Amino acid sequence: MDQKTKNQLKILACKARMGVLEGTFNAKSGHPGGSLSICEALTYLYFRELNVDPADPDKPDRDRFVLSKGHCAPALYSVLSLRGFFPWSEIARLRKPGALLQGHPAISIPGVDMSSGSLGQGISAAVGMALSAKHFGDGFRVYAILGDGEIEEGQVWEAAMFAANKKLSNLVAYVDYNGLQIDGTVEQVNSPLPIDEKFRAFGWNVLTVDGHDFDDLERVFAAARSCTDRPTAIIATSVKGKGVSFMEGQVGWHGKGPNAEEYEQGMNELKAQLAALEGEE
Amino acid sequence: MADVKKLATREGYGQALLELGATREDVIVLDADLAAATKTGVFKKAYPDRFYNCGIAEQNMMSIAAGIATTGKTVFASSFAMFAAGRAYEQVRNSIGYPHLNVKIGATHGGISVGEDGATHQCCEDIALMRTIPGMTIINPADAVEAKAATLAAAEMTGPVYLRFGRLAVPVFNDEASYTFTLGKGVTLKEGGDVTLIATGLMVERALTAAGQLKDEGIDARVINIHTIKPLDEEIVLRAARETGAVVVAEEHSVIGGLGSAVCDLLAATCPVPVQKVGVEDVFGTSGPALELLDRFGLNAANIVAKAKAVLAMKK
Repeated sequence: MDQKTKNQLKILACKARMGVLEGTFNAKSGHPGGSLSICEALTYLYFRELNVDPADPDKPDRDRFVLSKGHCAPALYSVLSLRGFFPWSEIARLRKPGALLQGHPAISIPGVDMSSGSLGQGISAAVGMALSAKHFGDGFRVYAILGDGEIEEGQVWEAAMFAANKKLSNLVAYVDYNGLQIDGTVEQVNSPLPIDEKFRAFGWNVLTVDGHDFDDLERVFAAARSCTDRPTAIIATSVKGKGVSFMEGQVGWHGKGPNAEEYEQGMNELKAQLAALEGEE
Repeated sequence: MADVKKLATREGYGQALLELGATREDVIVLDADLAAATKTGVFKKAYPDRFYNCGIAEQNMMSIAAGIATTGKTVFASSFAMFAAGRAYEQVRNSIGYPHLNVKIGATHGGISVGEDGATHQCCEDIALMRTIPGMTIINPADAVEAKAATLAAAEMTGPVYLRFGRLAVPVFNDEASYTFTLGKGVTLKEGGDVTLIATGLMVERALTAAGQLKDEGIDARVINIHTIKPLDEEIVLRAARETGAVVVAEEHSVIGGLGSAVCDLLAATCPVPVQKVGVEDVFGTSGPALELLDRFGLNAANIVAKAKAVLAMKK
């Protein structure tokens, strides 16, 4: 990936992070930690990987995306808006009564392919989409992002077993391994580790990536495309709260919005990051 | 009665799927390792490439069905009622109901007439569970003819449908050649002015028997078959309440949350008349031959007759 492209992606990811803070601050709730850990992945998907068209969000041959860890909707909404699916002004209305942007992804939102939020169900829906594409000879690909805590849900492994059995090579499950869930570290709560070996045992093509490195993301998504006999699991090491110093690695930022002071501090940090990136343009 | 043809409603479901397979390339059928019992096996045998076995994983199956439906295809997902509506309730609610996807749930082995398998497999709460999901259509056919027609109608409409079928072979009283199914419309099988017997599923035929016994005692009972429990045909229920002033609701389901509750909700708010329910009282089932269990749990003509006399007494 050339430096200019990479810098543009970094700028978009930084803006997505600002959207996460703006949305959760105005809503006085939401899930900033896990949203901030997937901003590079979502940016890469929507600006480099997925065949989607904001002018025709329901076009039948589009690639599908399911945010299986639906609570990280603020990041998805920010990236969808940056991609042009709806105006940025919607971000500040996140979680408000009557707002377009629901607390968790809803299929009624332009660009959202599946309602999600009850953990473990999104990956199964993605499997259904991939099965449909294979069955009817449609060429689209299907991507899902799961949380590392989410994979404690048994349904994830029902889906994993089925997808491998049906050789759904058009399916990519990206597991955001930020190591934290609501009640503590994933190891403390009910360890899903080792994640890579589990997916391998279920018959998947398994890749690992630095979830914040666009070169590395390009490498694994290309490798997933070249695998033609199995679904691909991408295990992404990431930092919960990435980009906002006081949220990084802090389990307490899983599910609460910043107060005014915290919002200002976080936004100032992100504005400085953005200015530095734009200075490189 | 010996020459009355008996067939389980699940057989009608299988026949409908077979017919859909011949005409609808877009129909996919899913099952969870119960294809022989649910009768999706009939479809599987004829159209193996359009049948997918999800294995013993009903929750995954329901969400997979949802994913398929988002791509514009029609999908049937089958298991026993206990697992389709019970185990996978939250998947049906969140993956299918909330996004209002075009998934048809073919739930067989509903009710106490599952028989010898006993309480773990006798689902008497599925209608209650499904009724709470906004936008869910619920159909509980009374015989195999109605089951086949209902399945075909469900495939024609857009949106989630819960189809409830039984394991037990029950009398076929509808004539296949002349029968037409109208979604959401109750069927008046017998006119009557003294009391109304509203029934669904296998209790419809038993309500007809009860009406015959009541007639012998000089009581003129109306019999209404409600195959579509949601949306309820409010008009036919209200008219019956106004015209007869007394109602018995009979269903092979818990007395909590089923058709009886739906009728009571409607009548309490619009036309309060005495109502009594014939259903499984607030207890779990037990093992035994299906026909014996139906008697044991009061799901028979005798109990409908008794309840009809009780509402008549309240009416006076």
